[in-house]
Amino acid sequence: MSKIDTQQNAHPSGPGNAGPGTTGHEWDGIQELNNPLPRWWLWIFYATIVFAAVWVVLYPAIPLPGGNTQGTLGYSSRADVEQQMQALDAQRDAALKGIEAIAIEDLGKDPKLLQAAIEGGRSAFKVHCVQCHGSGAAGSTGYPNLNDDDWMWGGDYASIYRTIQHGIRQPGDDETHQSVMPAFGKDGLLQPAEIASVTEYVLAISGQEHDRALAARGAPVFEQQCASCHGADGKGMREFGSPNLTDAIWLYGGDRASIHNTVFYAHAGVMPSWKGRLSDATIRKLTAYVHSLGGGE
Amino acid sequence: MPGKTLLKPAPAAPPPPAGDGSLYKKRVKVHPKSVEGPFRRFKWIVLFLTLGVYYITPWLRWDRGEFSPDQAVLVDLANRRFYFGPIEIWPQEFYYVAGLLIMAGLGLFLITTTVGRAWCGYACPQTVWTDLYMQVERWIEGDRNARMRLDAAPMSAGKFAKRFSKHAVWLLIAVVTGGAWVFYFADAPTLLKQLLDGSAPFVAYGSIALLTFTTWSLAGLMREQVCTYMCPWPRIQSAMLDEDSFIVTYKGWRGEQRGSAKAKLAQPDSFGDCVDCMACVNVCPTGIDIRNGPQLECITCALCIDACNDVMAKLGRAPDLIGYTTLKRDEAESKGQPLEPMWKTLLRPRALVYFAVWAAIGIFMLVLLAGRSQMDISILQERNPIYVQLSDGDIRNSYTVKLLNKQGRPREFQLSVSGLEGALLSNPVTGEEPAKSLRLPVRADGVDSYRLQVRVPLRSIEAEQSEIRFEVQAVDGDGDLMKTARFTAPAR
Repeated sequence: MSKIDTQQNAHPSGPGNAGPGTTGHEWDGIQELNNPLPRWWLWIFYATIVFAAVWVVLYPAIPLPGGNTQGTLGYSSRADVEQQMQALDAQRDAALKGIEAIAIEDLGKDPKLLQAAIEGGRSAFKVHCVQCHGSGAAGSTGYPNLNDDDWMWGGDYASIYRTIQHGIRQPGDDETHQSVMPAFGKDGLLQPAEIASVTEYVLAISGQEHDRALAARGAPVFEQQCASCHGADGKGMREFGSPNLTDAIWLYGGDRASIHNTVFYAHAGVMPSWKGRLSDATIRKLTAYVHSLGGGE
Repeated sequence: MPGKTLLKPAPAAPPPPAGDGSLYKKRVKVHPKSVEGPFRRFKWIVLFLTLGVYYITPWLRWDRGEFSPDQAVLVDLANRRFYFGPIEIWPQEFYYVAGLLIMAGLGLFLITTTVGRAWCGYACPQTVWTDLYMQVERWIEGDRNARMRLDAAPMSAGKFAKRFSKHAVWLLIAVVTGGAWVFYFADAPTLLKQLLDGSAPFVAYGSIALLTFTTWSLAGLMREQVCTYMCPWPRIQSAMLDEDSFIVTYKGWRGEQRGSAKAKLAQPDSFGDCVDCMACVNVCPTGIDIRNGPQLECITCALCIDACNDVMAKLGRAPDLIGYTTLKRDEAESKGQPLEPMWKTLLRPRALVYFAVWAAIGIFMLVLLAGRSQMDISILQERNPIYVQLSDGDIRNSYTVKLLNKQGRPREFQLSVSGLEGALLSNPVTGEEPAKSLRLPVRADGVDSYRLQVRVPLRSIEAEQSEIRFEVQAVDGDGDLMKTARFTAPAR
């Protein structure tokens, strides 16, 4: 490539090339070439400076100890967001009105409304429910998993709606779900041997390994003390929120120690009532979302 | 490091002349003269072809059925689709566009290394539109000398009328240029109607305004300044050119010593062929003197070849005093040595390698394109909760299933699961009973996403992680595919 000199100006010391000249600066024998910039480029540079100055006057720009300068146009990106949120709300208005107007049992019959409600419920859940039920609604010990098909207080739209509205054992709410399991051991209602045998019986009806003789002795205890709420077959009763003891799902654990513990001390979980704290539309959206998780009836 | 010099000091050079001190250069206006000849004709043909393609393409139609647009070339940003005749590119297939860009880059390398800056000289939009604008300027203000006189003349009614009509025509071309651009991004006939009755989106007017300004300023006012100062390509191309690249070259060995025709007649041996008529300089759109050798500013438009050949013909001298040649050939020619055949110079290894890579990418993309599936499925296992224990002991996993339908009509896909005994699929939103397979509608030319659940009896699960197969079959029989996913159960 020796012969092709595509530089705009060749080196001044090159053979036979007068070159572009220098700026006149010289350091240790090194001279600075002068390849002059076009004048218009310089003007563009000045224009950007002017642009910046105008910008600083018009828009929020300089951070100061007491807050940044506001700019004469009064622009604020927060106001922008506010405006966009309002536009979004207006856009969602029709769906929101529909969700509020429809009978809760019929929510599942309108696919479009249902989809809107589920999406709205998904975000409301992340704000109000995840603290106990977990971000995936999978719950944990003492906090029910909302994904499964087991419901203590019912899993159809109306039941879920009521549970969210009024909560569980919420003081001051007349319609809240109420029920109390006695602490059979702590309060001395059953003898330790009886508790041990009824524990074995519960293990038996839930299909787990158990001591047959002990379980047989537990059967009459169960019938006397437990069947009134949990049913003679142990499948629970939703009006009392008494869990099904024969299935694979345990709110407080299903192993021998956990069951024994539950019979001895009893449990009474609480959930706040959301009516009055959340809008009716939000509660309906949450209902739709929880119903859609996979256990809805 | 005292006492040790790593670099030998260069031999003392004559002191370079001190500049005039100015760090900035005033622009010297270029007034290119009109010229005729084969290269000029070629440039006109390229101009008509490229501008024709640019302005006409958005108006070509291509029938894709009722669910897709019928514009042959359309960049549908709102729906994230790129239509090119029978080819439709989805966002996730953007690598085709990347491939095209790589091919364009390599193509540029190939062209430059063989025939120099042909892109710059003939096909670059900057060159094409500048050429068009210069022609308009010539029609209205006259050729080089008339324009120079007009520039120097004081403002008068006549000068104003000429200037005004020139800029009016320039702006008209600029508006049409910007207008054609936006037609690539929306249905052209609809958008034209909207543009005329004022109902087009703001971004359309904004784009037209912006492109009107850039076209008018770059092709009308900036011209060679764009190539010299703004474009990076002239700086890159020095790596592409070598002594075997065909470039526009002044054959100094033949032209020097310059002298008038009369002088050469008197002393034939003292003078070369160049009569120093400045024809080559006068026609140059970038205002350089090709006789100074290859220069950054030279876009190799070859108009100086036309101009010089015209003069040589009139003088009865051999043509191509300025011609397309390589440095090697020029040197051989100057020494009277035989030239290697043209094809050998063009098809040298460097060019062949560029071509091979270029072609390989093209073939690879064509094969990919031909083998594209008309449907696709992506399965994402829900991570939170990763599994759900059901009351009868079954384990349930959830999956977000995305079904792609690349055909221009709505279709139904049958999705079934296998691999785990007794696995059942269900859609919790519809609430239907779990079944071995589900029919899922998918919109025309689009993606539909479903959150589906798979329940598996505990007895069929042997490990914490098992593999589960999702099989999709188009209900119309046109295509099927299979993907595997993980099924997670509690640790035991």
